[in-house]
Amino acid sequence: MMIETLIAVALVGALLTFVAPNKVAGKLAFAISLIPAALSLWMFTAFDGSGNALLDGQLAFESQMEWIQLGEYSISWFVGLDGISLPLVVLTTVLITLAIVSSWTPIDDRQSQFYGLLLFIEANLIGVFAALDFFLWFVFWEAVLIPMYLLIGVWGGPRRKYAAIKFFVYTNVASLVMFVAFISLVFGLGDSVTSFALPEIAAAMLEGGPGSFAGIAGSTLAAAVFIAMFLGFAVKVPVVPFHTWLPDAHVEAPTPASVLLAGVLLKMGTYALLRFNFTMFPDQVEAFAIPIAALAVISVIYGAMLALAQTDLKRIVAYSSVSSMGYVILGLVAYTQFGVGGATFQMVSHGLISGLMFMAVGVIYNATHTRMVTDMSGMADRMPIAVGVLIAGAFGYMGLPLMSGFAAEYFIFFGAFGSEMLEYAPAFTALAMFGIVIVAGYLLFAMQRTLFGPYRLETDYDVGRAPLHDVAPMFVLLALIIALGVAPELIFDMIKDAVDPILALGGGA
Amino acid sequence: MAPLIELHSWSALAPMLILALTGLALFVFDSINPRSTNRSALAGISTAGALASLGVAVWYIVAGVGDPARRGAFDLFGGQLIVDQMALFFMVVVAVVTAMVSIASYDYFLEHAYQAEYYSLMLLAATGMSTMAAANSLVTVFIALELASLPSFALVAILKTNRGSVEAGLKYFLIGALSSAIFVYGISLVYGATGYMQLDAIAANLEGAEGFSGLLGLGVVMLIGGFAYKTASVPFHFWAPEAYEGAPAPISAFLSSASKAAGFVIAFRVFATAFPIETMAGMGIDWTLAFVILSIVTMTIGNFAAATQENVKRMLAYSSVGHAGYALIGLAGLTGTGSNDVVLGAAMMHLLVYGFMNTGAFLFIALAEYWGVGRTFEDYNGLAKQAPMASAAMTIFMFSLAGIPPFGGFFSKYFLLTGAIDAGLLVVAVALVVNSALSLYYYSRLVKALWIEEPVLERDSLSQPTGLYVAIIFAAVMTVVILPGFGPVADTAIEAAAAVVP
Repeated sequence: MMIETLIAVALVGALLTFVAPNKVAGKLAFAISLIPAALSLWMFTAFDGSGNALLDGQLAFESQMEWIQLGEYSISWFVGLDGISLPLVVLTTVLITLAIVSSWTPIDDRQSQFYGLLLFIEANLIGVFAALDFFLWFVFWEAVLIPMYLLIGVWGGPRRKYAAIKFFVYTNVASLVMFVAFISLVFGLGDSVTSFALPEIAAAMLEGGPGSFAGIAGSTLAAAVFIAMFLGFAVKVPVVPFHTWLPDAHVEAPTPASVLLAGVLLKMGTYALLRFNFTMFPDQVEAFAIPIAALAVISVIYGAMLALAQTDLKRIVAYSSVSSMGYVILGLVAYTQFGVGGATFQMVSHGLISGLMFMAVGVIYNATHTRMVTDMSGMADRMPIAVGVLIAGAFGYMGLPLMSGFAAEYFIFFGAFGSEMLEYAPAFTALAMFGIVIVAGYLLFAMQRTLFGPYRLETDYDVGRAPLHDVAPMFVLLALIIALGVAPELIFDMIKDAVDPILALGGGA
Repeated sequence: MAPLIELHSWSALAPMLILALTGLALFVFDSINPRSTNRSALAGISTAGALASLGVAVWYIVAGVGDPARRGAFDLFGGQLIVDQMALFFMVVVAVVTAMVSIASYDYFLEHAYQAEYYSLMLLAATGMSTMAAANSLVTVFIALELASLPSFALVAILKTNRGSVEAGLKYFLIGALSSAIFVYGISLVYGATGYMQLDAIAANLEGAEGFSGLLGLGVVMLIGGFAYKTASVPFHFWAPEAYEGAPAPISAFLSSASKAAGFVIAFRVFATAFPIETMAGMGIDWTLAFVILSIVTMTIGNFAAATQENVKRMLAYSSVGHAGYALIGLAGLTGTGSNDVVLGAAMMHLLVYGFMNTGAFLFIALAEYWGVGRTFEDYNGLAKQAPMASAAMTIFMFSLAGIPPFGGFFSKYFLLTGAIDAGLLVVAVALVVNSALSLYYYSRLVKALWIEEPVLERDSLSQPTGLYVAIIFAAVMTVVILPGFGPVADTAIEAAAAVVP
């Protein structure tokens, strides 16, 4: 019942915070969010599962209950964690707590509703990563949209209405495409499936795949479903050319929402790709490997180039997510232990690093009321601690050894280079590695101009050091980044256990 | 296990009788204490009656009344009325909506003259709707329909000094009279062709009507017309936006939820029982085709019209036309292929969920009217700042109506979708998905107005009327809480449908 407890605490906490007075809402939400964070860390230490949740693995904290029987299909409350989902659950609970602390300064309006929505998002994100029934999973998946829509729309920047609606429409249409595809797959699988439990569907897919349905041949249906689901998740990731909602949403969103958006919401897309496309459709992955790898490399390079062209500090970080998530796709399509494992590692690592970067940009913005690279100079003198953290985060992004970004990228490149399934793998990897150079380019470029040199911002208020509760969450993140960089096996071992069964399907190694 | 107390069979009608007695008790209250404005007593009696009816109906369902495997259905008055799981299911819907509307009316009719009359008319209408759920003969169907309709006309027009209300009542009455005439004419044609009024007897004697298939077909079409009126489906939907807009908002909630559900239950029972599709198709009368067309046209017209409204109440009225189109899938899917009980059960579940989410949405409008904030989307701008709880509830209703998880509306719509696919109605399934996607536009528009937009005018601080708040929060909680309990609900609905579907 551990997972249920996590979700229930977040939900009840959301309700309590929603009705609490504005003054205490921030502290109350923080106190409540400590419970799931502590519980999930305990779960991390007590984890005793192995294997892959969808492929007969031994799950941790599993529970299953009958829910709805509809004709021939049963829907159940089915949750459990394996080595892939557990790190993401911990990432979620930790980032939520830190995001709550980092919103104490910037959020000064309707606090109780704001923090209530943050906790509501937490419950649904945990649900997304823990659910093992398609129906349950889809409920959590879609329910994330509503609070995010409101967080951007109510507390966002000047173009918040446009950004919120664009975010909602893009991701919702993508979900609808994916949903219809998956339901037709279940119908196509026919009598071999009697429930929406993902392990059962995965087993049916691997045993022979769908038969013909509504006049469409089984193999065509499988390919169509694979493409439709890939597109559905690609919008969420986002993969170029479906990335245009992301910078708008990021730039307009308030800092804590940006932290969650980059830190966890984008991972929903890659996590779902791994769970659905790359676990259930090994044959289609092989057939579509080249186009997917091409999209991944384009995302890496194009995203980095876009970041290079920005002058808004937050936009730079936002676009850099596009290229970082491109690495994840490349790792997945490599279909090797280090590729897929590294991709999962990168999901966690990027969640920490991008969270840190958005927080640092947020703190600087709070003090200076500008995010334009051209306006700022010499921030290092005025805000040494925040700036120090920002630099550390940027180094993490660039892949400085002993930080988690290095480990993640190294795993991915190592795995992708030796990929047997992906043709021309070395060429794709080499192209993607070129992205590192551009990343270093735009980060150093931006930092050199904003942080160093003489101070020249003209304001009628004092730009000084940030309060402790603004920088404390960043130190926690930095500690985690370094911990994972020094000792990647903290999570990589459990990831490997869950990844290996997937690779055994495709004949990869 | 033998039952503890053996009750007379008419006690199976208790949910309906309690409503009727409560209505009469309000009359007595009014004659003892004429022109009473003791709102607590009146709303209290009415709510208590509705809750008692609800409690008994739920108890009967749990106890297995009407379940073929346990107590079996109760045939009353020579088969004129029948109490089975489907009847009880819809009695629950009617009673729960009546209870919510009664509580909400406590605040809404703050300074209204005819308080006792209002509540007793509402309970009599609810009695009619409960009877509709149990009617098993075209005669009782017609009587129940009229018993539900006549008080409704008066209720819509009860704001005597409000031109809109009186005009709405008049329009509702005129179209109601016309469709009653069409309906009763249809009944007489069916009787002429088959010689029977009772639904199962009609089904048993369809062979005798072979020579009159034209007559019978015309009769069926006219019956469809009558149902279309009661459920606000195309082409008899024109009264709905007018009546819902003009009526006091709690009555709009009552009519668009309870009355519509009751209209659907007679349609389900009459068509599933009296006109089995295999036999009828053999005579050249394929009424499922009519419902396929009606369903697609109704949901499309309702949603497109709703998308163009500036007035929130009219938007909801048209969206309720759209939802009638979704529920019609339950009839369109009775094609004899696929699992008919699932699709009919899905329509029943949708009407139950709709009873909460739509009633709640209209009650939020009632709250807005109580505050006097105006009628258009702009008038609703920024309400969330002043009334976060009610706005959160309204957000739940809107997203649930649009069919977004994790709310009840997503589930019932999804079940309709699988039902339609299973019955081979891919066109209907596509229409359902496209319409749901479209509906998100205007539902989220209201959410945007509430939360994101800034108010156009400065508003005074808003009071928090207890009754309206209780009803709205209850509806919101139910829209969410029904999810964990969807298993039993789905089982009950599908079993009830299986008992009716041949």
